[in-house]
Amino acid sequence: MATDSAAEALSTESAAVVRQDSAMQRLRRNWSVRIGGVVLLALVFIALAAPLLGTVDPTLFDAGSRDLTPGQSGEITTLDGDSIKHTFIMGSDSFGRDIYSRVLYGTRVSLMVGAFSAVVALVFGILLGLLSGYLRWLDGPLMRVMDGVMAIPAILIAIALVAMWRASLLSVIIAIAIPEIPRVTRLVRSLVLTIREEPYVEAAISLGTPAWKIMLFHILPNTVAPLLVQGTYICAAGILVEAILSFLGVGLPPDIPTWGNIMAEGRVQFVTFPHNVLFPGIFLALTVLAVNILGDGLRDTLDPKMARRS
Amino acid sequence: MYKFLARRLLSTIPVLAIVAVLVFLMLRLTPGDPAAILAGDAANTEQIARIREGLGLDRPLPVQFAIWAKSILSGDLGESFYFKMKVTSLIGQRLEATLSLATLTIIFAVFTAVPLGVLAAWRFGGWFDRILMGFSVMGFSVPVFVLAYILIWIVSLKLGWLPVQGYKPIAEGFGPFIRHLILPAITLSVIYIALIARVTRASVLEALGEDYIRTARAKGLPESRVLIRHALTNAAVPIVTVIGIGIALLIGGVVVTESVYAIPGLGRLTVDAVLARDFPTIQGVILFFSVIYVMINLLVDLSYVFFDPRIRY
Amino acid sequence: MAFSRKLAAFAAFATLAAAGVALAQEKVLRIVPHSNLAILDPIWTTAYMSRNHGYMIYDTLFGTDEKNQIKPQMVEEWTASPDKRLWTFKLRKGLEFHDGKAVTSEDVVASIARWGKRDAMGTALMTFVDRMDTPAPDTFRIFLREACGFLLEALGKPSSNVLFIMPKRVADTDAFKQIDDYTGSGPYIFKRDEFKPGDKAVYLRNAKYVPRKEGPSGSAGGKNVYVDRVEWNLALRDAQAQANALVNGEVDVLEAPAFESVEGLKKAANVQILNPAPAGLQYMARFNHLHKPFDNPAVRRAALAAFSQEPFLKAQVGLKEYYRPCASMFTCGTPYGSPAGSDIQSKSNMKKAQELLKSSGYDGTPVLIMKPTDLASIQKLPDVAAQLLRQAGFKVDLQAMDWQTLVGRRSKKDAPDKGGWHMFLTAWQAHDIWNPIANAALDARGEKSGWFGWASDDKLNDLRAQFMRETDDAKKKQLAEAVQARAFEIGTHAPLGEYVQPVAARKNISGFFTTNGNLYWNLKKN
Repeated sequence: MATDSAAEALSTESAAVVRQDSAMQRLRRNWSVRIGGVVLLALVFIALAAPLLGTVDPTLFDAGSRDLTPGQSGEITTLDGDSIKHTFIMGSDSFGRDIYSRVLYGTRVSLMVGAFSAVVALVFGILLGLLSGYLRWLDGPLMRVMDGVMAIPAILIAIALVAMWRASLLSVIIAIAIPEIPRVTRLVRSLVLTIREEPYVEAAISLGTPAWKIMLFHILPNTVAPLLVQGTYICAAGILVEAILSFLGVGLPPDIPTWGNIMAEGRVQFVTFPHNVLFPGIFLALTVLAVNILGDGLRDTLDPKMARRS
Repeated sequence: MYKFLARRLLSTIPVLAIVAVLVFLMLRLTPGDPAAILAGDAANTEQIARIREGLGLDRPLPVQFAIWAKSILSGDLGESFYFKMKVTSLIGQRLEATLSLATLTIIFAVFTAVPLGVLAAWRFGGWFDRILMGFSVMGFSVPVFVLAYILIWIVSLKLGWLPVQGYKPIAEGFGPFIRHLILPAITLSVIYIALIARVTRASVLEALGEDYIRTARAKGLPESRVLIRHALTNAAVPIVTVIGIGIALLIGGVVVTESVYAIPGLGRLTVDAVLARDFPTIQGVILFFSVIYVMINLLVDLSYVFFDPRIRY
Repeated sequence: MAFSRKLAAFAAFATLAAAGVALAQEKVLRIVPHSNLAILDPIWTTAYMSRNHGYMIYDTLFGTDEKNQIKPQMVEEWTASPDKRLWTFKLRKGLEFHDGKAVTSEDVVASIARWGKRDAMGTALMTFVDRMDTPAPDTFRIFLREACGFLLEALGKPSSNVLFIMPKRVADTDAFKQIDDYTGSGPYIFKRDEFKPGDKAVYLRNAKYVPRKEGPSGSAGGKNVYVDRVEWNLALRDAQAQANALVNGEVDVLEAPAFESVEGLKKAANVQILNPAPAGLQYMARFNHLHKPFDNPAVRRAALAAFSQEPFLKAQVGLKEYYRPCASMFTCGTPYGSPAGSDIQSKSNMKKAQELLKSSGYDGTPVLIMKPTDLASIQKLPDVAAQLLRQAGFKVDLQAMDWQTLVGRRSKKDAPDKGGWHMFLTAWQAHDIWNPIANAALDARGEKSGWFGWASDDKLNDLRAQFMRETDDAKKKQLAEAVQARAFEIGTHAPLGEYVQPVAARKNISGFFTTNGNLYWNLKKN
């Protein structure tokens, strides 16, 4: 009897199909991805739902309500000239603006700055990396230019670009993205160089497959994982750089609230009214932390080789 | 080895040339008129035009670049529009402060992060490892100036242990020199420590998985010898690499730290120069930083020889 | 016995030695000025930092005292011919430059000539001057084509550009090039080898300076120096760090503490808050008269009506004891500070502004306001202006940029959407705007050379020219009122109220006196 069932168990017919975990399943099980993902989703929700969460127009101010501590209430004058009563959950700044509203609306800008600078850096990096890896004659000079850009400290490029140009969302995003492009380019380029040597790519080339098809169907899919990880780090760095730019006085104009410029404006009163700096600071740190943790989790699940290296 | 050195040095030249062109273009092609700023509040358009002529800003771009390039090659970085001093003198004046801050930061960071990283790798998966990794991620996430304000508030204002701001050159005594640099160095080093600790941990972890570690342990060597003499030296290459790359992060942090702690260094000079559209100073300082960065990475590459005898140039 | 006597002797010697050391120790006054010192030529730029630097190392012919009277400083005595066209001045004895050479009338005439090429009041004065000569080393004369009512006020004007007296060889430098020799005859000597831009500027006491006998008052009177060395800390730019440094005793004087820090500083032990410049400063909003919509005086008047001063003052200053509304384009409390013609702004409300705007034919062009992001002293004003204009019915485009970009952009006459502007806001010290000649905003010569904004009005020009020629005080007052009334009528700019900038210092610093700038003689460090 026992041997019968044992033999049964061993027979190929009754062998159970053991599923390998797919990438998505591994992702979902990883703690870092879970925590980082949940926090980010919450922040995205806050960003989208900001007008509904008990906020007022973040640019409205009333000098009579300046420097209120968290929990106090005061008045705000609207554009039509009416005064409304409002409780300042997180206090007010030296203009009389509601910090709670500014922090919540600031979530939008900070997330956008982080996300878009990552996207811009990735898009340009992919393009340049593909070109560099594929076109031998372009590779040398392009890599030299990338080295040049990497040699200039990123923050100085960002400061110079934003200060020289106009301080707007677009200029800040581009100024943050530019110093990150070389690293992405190198990554994509090295991937292109390794994958090119693969036999199936050689086969495809000999079959007469055009270059763009090879790039699109063979090379790009392999770049998704490491670029996704890189993208999260660029996003985190971008949010921090925006804060630094605001601190130095070359960030976004203050009527677009970002966590960076709320802190920059409030820092004169840090000792007497720390809520100006602490509330946006906590949100900033949490967001960057979540993005970093998410990035770590993605790296651990999607690309174990990178995981061991750092 | 010397051929390698020569080749590497030569290859830095095109990179630096590209940096020079990039910086020059970045400044000239963006709006902002240094002449109007220098002329002051009550000047009229005619006076501004005369000043622009005096600064040489009305010549065609290639001519301006050629003039600048020629002067760089003879070691002259030009004269600041704003301060009426040679850029090289300006950099020379500010160099000591930034150099002192950076050196102290690097020393502190390396001597803190490497041991922590080694310990974390040794006790992989344990509570120390988890805490260290947690702190290191947090180190990446807090903006430098928030950390600076909190530190100043606690240490300088509440406890009164250290001064709030300022820089004392080493010529005025080692004691005050160090006292004024401690808080800024700690502030600046946090992100550096986070980075180095992670890489140290990962690198040592990889080294600890190698066969020769098992052999060393089997031979009965004390654990400390195993860790330092065998694991760490073999793990050194990525660590030293990241120390070199981290210099770029350091420069970013230096700009903010010098602002908060009122240290008259190169970081502040750059920000002031950018805000004043002082082209020669901006160009000069960025070029200077780039040269330093390139040289340090060259040194890092050369140091591999000491750490990994397999690497031969 | 012998032992205790020796001990006593030793103790006495030690105490004396310590006292001697204390006496011999240098008194250093550490000041944190309001901005960085970059340009060391106070004639080349009107920047207040350069002016303050000038006051340290140079001396002036006349000064303005705290009652706004012109008092002699380097001048001993002077006479004017009955027709007021020939003025003769005699210099005080003992005036020396820092290199030991005596100050002569040639130095004075050269300095006046250079200053007269750059300064607003100076250039106006030079149009009256026929020639100047130097009959004796201590005497100089000015010959005027016609009598002018403001010769002494120009020579003794306290604020930018101040007529600082430099050696002839320095004053002969082209007025559009910066000087590089900083020899002066003032109470301090500039320690050039210790000057590090962005770090510090150092001034040493001029032991050979001969102060006047009177007490100090404004930029006039005796300039006695009771410290050995003054250090300007140019590295400390962060307002929070400045306040912390003062509380901790790391600096002695904060020239311009942020208003947000003042409350905290008041509570600190060993810190005093003073008000040495009660004449204060005035905020203003300037229109660009060249382009729509502010090329239409009716639209400018609507904006004037919307700009009630309280909101600006509350937002930018906040502390009631430091601000006051002032319905005059000249400083309230000075001879010409009357409210003539100001009703359009001071007796208006938002409804009236809305009506004025509707009836003016405003076509909805968005108003481009330039906002500086790095000048804490004025950066809140544009937000208030934007909010008030929006309430009045204007469309507003608030653009932020750093002050240097703003300064560059406001000199452009192009259309706002092509790199120009519609409005900017700024602050002037009382003495830069307190009469129709000095007040640059009232220059209505249009595009030719008027101040940024390029107001153009023949009637206003006429009245100003009359004021320049008038020598009778009562008539001058009337003319000033007429100038102001006309200015409000055509809307040259909008005065936005006045404030005083308090100074914060350690309690052991004494000797502050009423100034009209940032003057650092007479201070004692106890």
